[in-house]
Amino acid sequence: MSGLLMPALDQSVLSRRDKIVSDLGRLVPGEGVVSDESEMRVFESDGLTAYKAMPFIVVLPETVDQVAAVLKYCHRHSIKVVPRGSGTSLSGGALPLEDAVLLVMSRFNRVLEIDYPNRCVVVQPGVTNLGITHAVQGVGFYYAPDPSSQIACSIGGNVAENSGGVHCLKYGLTANNVLGIELVTIEGEILRLGGKHLEAEGYDLLGIITGSEGLLGVVTEVTVRILQKPETARALLVGFPSSEEGGQCVADIISDGIIPGGMEMMDSLAIQAAEDFVHAGYPLDVEALLIVELDGPEAEVDYLIQRVREIAKRNNSSTLRTSNNEEERLSFWAGRKAAFPAVGRISPDYYCMDGTIPRKELPTVLARMRQLSKQYDLRVANVFHAGDGNLHPLILYDANVPGELEKTEEFGTEILKLCVEVGGVLTGEHGVGVEKRDLMPEMFTEDDLKQQIRVKCAFDADHLLNPGKVFPQLHRCAELGRMHVHKGQVPFPDLPRF
Amino acid sequence: MNTVEEGGGLHPETDDDVLEAIRWAAGEEVPLEVVGQGSKRNLGHPMQTAHTLDLSGLSGITLFEPEELVLSARAGTPLSAIVDLLDEHNQEMQFEPADLGPLLGDLPGQGTLGGLVSTNICGPRRLKSGSVRDHILGISAVSGRGEKFKSGGRVVKNVTGYDLAKGVTGAYGTLAVLTDIIIKVLPKAETEQTLVLEGLDDQRAIEAMALAMGSSAEVSGAAHLPAGVSGTRACTLLRLEGFAPSVQYRIERLHKLLAGFGEQHHLEEQTSRAQWWAVRDCIPFAQSRDKFVWRISCVPSAGHSIVETISKSASIDHFFDWQGGLIWLQINGHEPQDALIRAAIRANGGGHATLIRADAATRQSLSVFQPQAAPLAALSRRYRENFDPHGVLNPGRMGQ
Repeated sequence: MSGLLMPALDQSVLSRRDKIVSDLGRLVPGEGVVSDESEMRVFESDGLTAYKAMPFIVVLPETVDQVAAVLKYCHRHSIKVVPRGSGTSLSGGALPLEDAVLLVMSRFNRVLEIDYPNRCVVVQPGVTNLGITHAVQGVGFYYAPDPSSQIACSIGGNVAENSGGVHCLKYGLTANNVLGIELVTIEGEILRLGGKHLEAEGYDLLGIITGSEGLLGVVTEVTVRILQKPETARALLVGFPSSEEGGQCVADIISDGIIPGGMEMMDSLAIQAAEDFVHAGYPLDVEALLIVELDGPEAEVDYLIQRVREIAKRNNSSTLRTSNNEEERLSFWAGRKAAFPAVGRISPDYYCMDGTIPRKELPTVLARMRQLSKQYDLRVANVFHAGDGNLHPLILYDANVPGELEKTEEFGTEILKLCVEVGGVLTGEHGVGVEKRDLMPEMFTEDDLKQQIRVKCAFDADHLLNPGKVFPQLHRCAELGRMHVHKGQVPFPDLPRF
Repeated sequence: MNTVEEGGGLHPETDDDVLEAIRWAAGEEVPLEVVGQGSKRNLGHPMQTAHTLDLSGLSGITLFEPEELVLSARAGTPLSAIVDLLDEHNQEMQFEPADLGPLLGDLPGQGTLGGLVSTNICGPRRLKSGSVRDHILGISAVSGRGEKFKSGGRVVKNVTGYDLAKGVTGAYGTLAVLTDIIIKVLPKAETEQTLVLEGLDDQRAIEAMALAMGSSAEVSGAAHLPAGVSGTRACTLLRLEGFAPSVQYRIERLHKLLAGFGEQHHLEEQTSRAQWWAVRDCIPFAQSRDKFVWRISCVPSAGHSIVETISKSASIDHFFDWQGGLIWLQINGHEPQDALIRAAIRANGGGHATLIRADAATRQSLSVFQPQAAPLAALSRRYRENFDPHGVLNPGRMGQ
């Protein structure tokens, strides 16, 4: 991955830079165009900081018409465009290209409408994920998907990445919580998909665009479902001598018909790091620590807490604590929420992975990961969204040791291949971006990928939007459109033809 | 091997049979009608195809792991087989697949998984749990180009590549022929009860439903049946599902919350279940089989205004599901009233109307599905052509 190959620079675009800057300045007047290198430097990477590139030109539009005008201009002049929200992507989805306009949507930061009777909110895409909840929490509502970057990440970015969070099993991902969008195509057409009604008509293009990583269009408005905040939430902190027992406990909870609001697991290195950092009172003599959060009406939560306690005991739990107040519940979460920075304290650098596996494969995957850890001589700490099988191994390394970053990436690749091998996937919530782009063939055949790229062709036939992301190779659309018919192999010679 | 019967029916039994059939059709540009059990054949525009691709031989549950909440099956698997197996393990497809058999003059309990996914028609729990498309984890399919592809996987949390599984859901078989489908399944609620509010008019009922849905009572169904549709008195139904102590607690809260909204009574588990099946399958309109029936998806709070607007110019029966966001509309007359209905929707916050029950000649003569604005229609066409460039799969079924 370190030797990342990006699309060839378009010299004719580079040579016209001054003209393009002045043209764009007319389309987005005021301070909407940034072309000075020192001012553009802040945009040179996203949350995947190992990769950096200076944008060609940065544009910060304020209106839908400006977005449409900029895209239309870029389309007409064959200039690549990289859309960017808050730039918190962990997979390099918003990594600039040196010959691409970086379209920064941060000025689209208004909540347009709050509609309580229909339980939805209409926002501009630059509004932060948490900003939506802040706008409605006064009357007890919230927006359910909660990626850990929610304080900073934008809802437009959430749509692009189909962001998750710790409550996905019960409340779904972004795709399940977005009712409608306004989208500007690379040709500058403004489309509306869905709205406040519950189902969009026609093909589920909304479902395709959600999670398309900025390759299909630029989202300029989002309508999301909001929910009434659960009446109460209580958590259990359960320690197990082995990850097998922890894994079985998770399976038994679900088999019992219980879908917890959140269910998180940590392995011993993650527990140790978190405890050293925040002193959450985590047990240090366990192999696996499980946090189970039950939310809903009080009567239900109190009832289910007892059922989960019994299941935990049956699975040989060695620590079993139940929160009796909000302070205690938050203290259970404190270590988990601080797990990443905690690991950051015990190692100069860490690399956060994001695969999903069938839950039952957890013990196998952890065992194989321990072997790989020995083989690569790199420590790995694991935090796991146990409810939905999303695994975040954190590989500890030191970027100042020559060759260690490359070794870490190789280790990471092995982990993701392992996830696919056991029936899982390359990425659960961080996206493919540039990070996992070249691993796509591990999961997909050539034909699988071609069909995905054909969808891209329906939206952006010239591959101008965010090229170099998601797909290892972008076939030309004309080439993909050809049909290869094998005449003489007709299987039904007897049937009438017309 | 595909076997060909008189009349041009193709009966694939394996993925490779499907591949072979579509390659042939694509190569020769011969249109195919894709069918499972044929229970939804009368949905959408009628088609002129010389051949049918009958997937009923592509049947069988290929994976079921209750602890992992995942099930996969071949596209032609009867839904009843899936429902029965899930039932044994106290699980279900949480989106409540609607059974439109009786409404369309057919037997209940028909249909395949492929048909369900291709039509994306779900039941009352849409409000809380989403539709079919929200529970599709992965698919294997053969595109109209005659190429096998897969998308998604067997895990819930997956953002690897475009979500083509959603992309083919609700496409009425016009993009690709599904061969295998992986869905998320969930535990059945331990019990349910329904709070009934009696005698409310439409507007008041929609207010009550909005209030209930906006509370923390976790209502999983909100429907309103006006007088005439549900007997002599209008009734507004609010369903609560879950563990018994929780349902009891919540129904008491809801009872208090809605104290100002008419007389109240409860339906216990059995009665409640039967009542919601009737709402799900549009049973109130199953009797008069020659009347047009529309399914309208709209902004929930606008449901009442849409009905009021239409009823000024046409004689209709109606009832609401989804808090007012789903209107089932039956026309008492010989005109399908498509222009009137669609104008009413446009004037009241938008949405879309689908003609669910009508004779073939009517479905041929008007837009069964909501016509789209030109740029979106053009994009949809390009999207379809990138799956099926020669239009060999269910051509014209969605009306393009």
